[in-house]
Amino acid sequence: MNCGVVVFPGSNCDHDCFHILKHVFKLHTEWIWHKGDMDLSRFDLIVLPGGFSYGDYLRAGAIAQFSTVMKDVIRFAESGGRVLGICNGFQVLVEAKLLPGALIQNNTQKFICKTVPVRVENTSTAFTGECAGESVLNIPIAHHQGSYFIDPDGLRQLEENRQVVFRYCGPAGEVTDEFNPNGSVGNIAGIINEAGNVMGLMPHPERCADPAWPNLDGQLIFKSIIKSLQSGVSA
Amino acid sequence: MVRQHGMTLEEFRRIQDLLGRAPNVTELGIFSVMWSEHCSYKSSRYYLKKLPTEGPRVLQGPGENAGVVDIGDGMAVVFKIESHNHPSFIEPRQGAATGVGGILRDIFTMGARPIALMNSLRFGAADHPRTRFLVNGVVDGISNYGNCTGVPTVGGEIYFDPCYNGNILVNVFCLGLVPSDKIFLGNASGVGNPVIYFGSKTGRDGIHGASMASSEFDESSEEKRPTVQVGDPFAEKLLIEACLELMNEDWVVGIQDMGAAGLTCSTFEMAGRGGTGIDLELSRVPKREEGMTPYDILLSESQERMLVVVHKGMEEEALALFHKWDLDAAIVGEVTDKPVVRIFENGNEVVNLPVELVVDGALDLKRPTKKPGYLQKVDHVNLTDVPDLARGDETLKKLLASPNIANKHWVYEQYDHMVRLNTLGLPGSDAAVLRVKDTKKALALSVDCNSRYCYLDPFHGAQIAVAECVRNIVCSGGEPIGLTNCLNFGNPEKPEIMWQFEQAVSGMGEACKFFDIPVVSGNVSLYNETIGEAIYPTPTVAVVGLLEDSTYHTTQWFKEEGDLVGLIGLTVEELGGSEYLSVMCERVEGKPPHLDLPLARTINNLCLSLIKDGLVVSAHDCSEGGLGVALAESCISHPHAPTGAVLDVESTIRNDACLFGESQSRILVSFSVENRTAVEEKAKAVGVPFKVIGKVGGDSLVVNVNGEEFINEEVSYLKKLWMGALESYVR
Repeated sequence: MNCGVVVFPGSNCDHDCFHILKHVFKLHTEWIWHKGDMDLSRFDLIVLPGGFSYGDYLRAGAIAQFSTVMKDVIRFAESGGRVLGICNGFQVLVEAKLLPGALIQNNTQKFICKTVPVRVENTSTAFTGECAGESVLNIPIAHHQGSYFIDPDGLRQLEENRQVVFRYCGPAGEVTDEFNPNGSVGNIAGIINEAGNVMGLMPHPERCADPAWPNLDGQLIFKSIIKSLQSGVSA
Repeated sequence: MVRQHGMTLEEFRRIQDLLGRAPNVTELGIFSVMWSEHCSYKSSRYYLKKLPTEGPRVLQGPGENAGVVDIGDGMAVVFKIESHNHPSFIEPRQGAATGVGGILRDIFTMGARPIALMNSLRFGAADHPRTRFLVNGVVDGISNYGNCTGVPTVGGEIYFDPCYNGNILVNVFCLGLVPSDKIFLGNASGVGNPVIYFGSKTGRDGIHGASMASSEFDESSEEKRPTVQVGDPFAEKLLIEACLELMNEDWVVGIQDMGAAGLTCSTFEMAGRGGTGIDLELSRVPKREEGMTPYDILLSESQERMLVVVHKGMEEEALALFHKWDLDAAIVGEVTDKPVVRIFENGNEVVNLPVELVVDGALDLKRPTKKPGYLQKVDHVNLTDVPDLARGDETLKKLLASPNIANKHWVYEQYDHMVRLNTLGLPGSDAAVLRVKDTKKALALSVDCNSRYCYLDPFHGAQIAVAECVRNIVCSGGEPIGLTNCLNFGNPEKPEIMWQFEQAVSGMGEACKFFDIPVVSGNVSLYNETIGEAIYPTPTVAVVGLLEDSTYHTTQWFKEEGDLVGLIGLTVEELGGSEYLSVMCERVEGKPPHLDLPLARTINNLCLSLIKDGLVVSAHDCSEGGLGVALAESCISHPHAPTGAVLDVESTIRNDACLFGESQSRILVSFSVENRTAVEEKAKAVGVPFKVIGKVGGDSLVVNVNGEEFINEEVSYLKKLWMGALESYVR
């Protein structure tokens, strides 16, 4: 299984994602430089990591969508390749229209870095197969523009197609305003595209996947991806 | 003209004499920044020599961009703390942000990957009208800059006190990791080697920032806003990656960032360290705007710029690397053999100055000192008019909700403290702990200073700062290996301020020698005054500790119901300078608590050996708010659910001193019942006062003093108070 981690000049969770894939899951993993014009077809999984792609002084990811590497990523995704966008990666996927909706400033107007519970809404995706039904994972968030927004029609479609994969919740899985850290519509923390091969989420599963820490909830997401690819089931 | 440049007539005459001619305006500008207090340390250098700077692990002491300490396994840590006080008071967001940028550059300039930031912040009284604005601005600035660069902010401290109403302190610490044989220094050697400028373009911002930081504030300080630079963390991120990539090659001779006094300072200092000269052509410097004069270009403090000397023949490769990272870069000069810096604009010489005169020419001042008169009024406290407490519940609640003691999650949740996957100990315990990847080791970091103690007695206050910071490291399982300091004081031209400085540095030096901790880097910030009102002397220290095995990492909170709680150290009747007197009685008086250095060392060694032998499961330093607050914190700081405890304390002193006094060298530990004998025997063997005072369990913190209930509060309620106080204030 070949993994690629995209490196925008302002990516800063690229090393973390690389570390988890390569050193924890022992997968063949390569860097993909943002200026490269390359054929990604030899990869099984492309990860867009967290960070500040091109500084993100404008909307996060707004410039990244025009980068050379994103043309390749879009091609890769359209041909069915698995793409995982974490935090800034999610923002880039949304800006690049690989996923619907938008990510706007947190309603707290502040950067938030803390571990929060998220409920897995759909365990039949290629990214969540290993998560038991409706289970609650504790995963760190670290973002300033992580409030998911989508218009009511779009939301209805997402819900109908079961594209909402993660929601912020309370410790026992309560999805309420009280446990919505950033004002996301419907407490949405992560979504998947209709085809089921592109997922974006604001929480950082790579931050709770290294055995140096007791919390390994993030491993479930990586294990799910590995398992679905190994079993050869298309997304 | 001379006075506009913040120089004395005496200094000007000295320049004339040594130069043999009058300097031109550009040269005068150069002298004014290079001889400013900020760059030359002219008031402080004499005293700083008293600090111990050497040790078997020290690879680089003071004098370079940062200090370097060996940690074994072929690795070393590079660290330093620096102030950005003046700019942050004028423009909190950008002032604090560029403070982070500056210290990061000091670290990666030496070849180290920055892996941790911390900060020490001081604001005015919570009810001062500007405080809320400043807190929000500073925290936002740090958050914005640090987060974008991908360096986690893992710890720090925040204090509020009216003495900072007119002059806040923003001290930022950074630590980087480097292979011990790949350390880069800021020297220009090798005649004919090219000098390359890279990073952001030079603009007109920050001109004379260093001089601003070398004078007091007055009513017109708002007008100095344009001297505050604007930070671009994305450019900094590019610089970090480009520099580290550059240093993987064998091209670099010397490298330095452009910080205070910009291009001027880096050019002269690099030549000074190399024993060489530099010829510089200003027309090649990447500029943000047209029509900049040599004066503007040389004194600009535009951020995110570097100067590097590479081996001749490697310049094209270096330029290509910078362009890969989309950075501006240009060859702007050449190393020469005569120790003179010559600066040209389109071939016309505009500056011609001997390096040594500029770098080392400022006279070391031995400014007069005088013990301040205020001490006579405040250095004693009469407790007869402070009635003792019959119960401690209300006091404990008030202390836990006071801004200095309240939990700081509102602040640290705005900082990305996890990125890079090293942070084993998240903010919220005595010290931050980071693993060192590919080794068994970990690092513990803490920053500390109780400036109230230093106001009451700068000598012992500074000693306590060192001792407490060391204790924080020890409680987390680390052995201290190095220290960096940020000495924040008022106007050195006042003998009373110089006395405080002299006392604090002497005290700090003595404590460091005693604990055998080298001071490897530091920064002095003077003129922290507004309209004649000086801040309390604030000699902030940051200590770096090493855990040979990351499993030694220990946290402050109680772990298991049924565990026993023990107190290492002695509680005596001391309330001078305490948070209790300040919060409950609004009194800042008395002598700071007594610090017995030999006892402190024995207690530290005991605590470390208890941790290493796996006998204790939590360790927490008793500091502001004393035993009462330490107990509460051990109950409520657990990241998940709080836990109660029942304590029986025997006391022969006042109740308030027993629970809220701040006697030094006390550590609160918890351990399983099975380990009780082993713990007691270890303490007895080294002759350290130790008592088992209670048991973990229940939903309440119950403290009985001599058999009578003194505190009984539900821990969930205490936690709510402690967690919510700061947030409800700043919002």
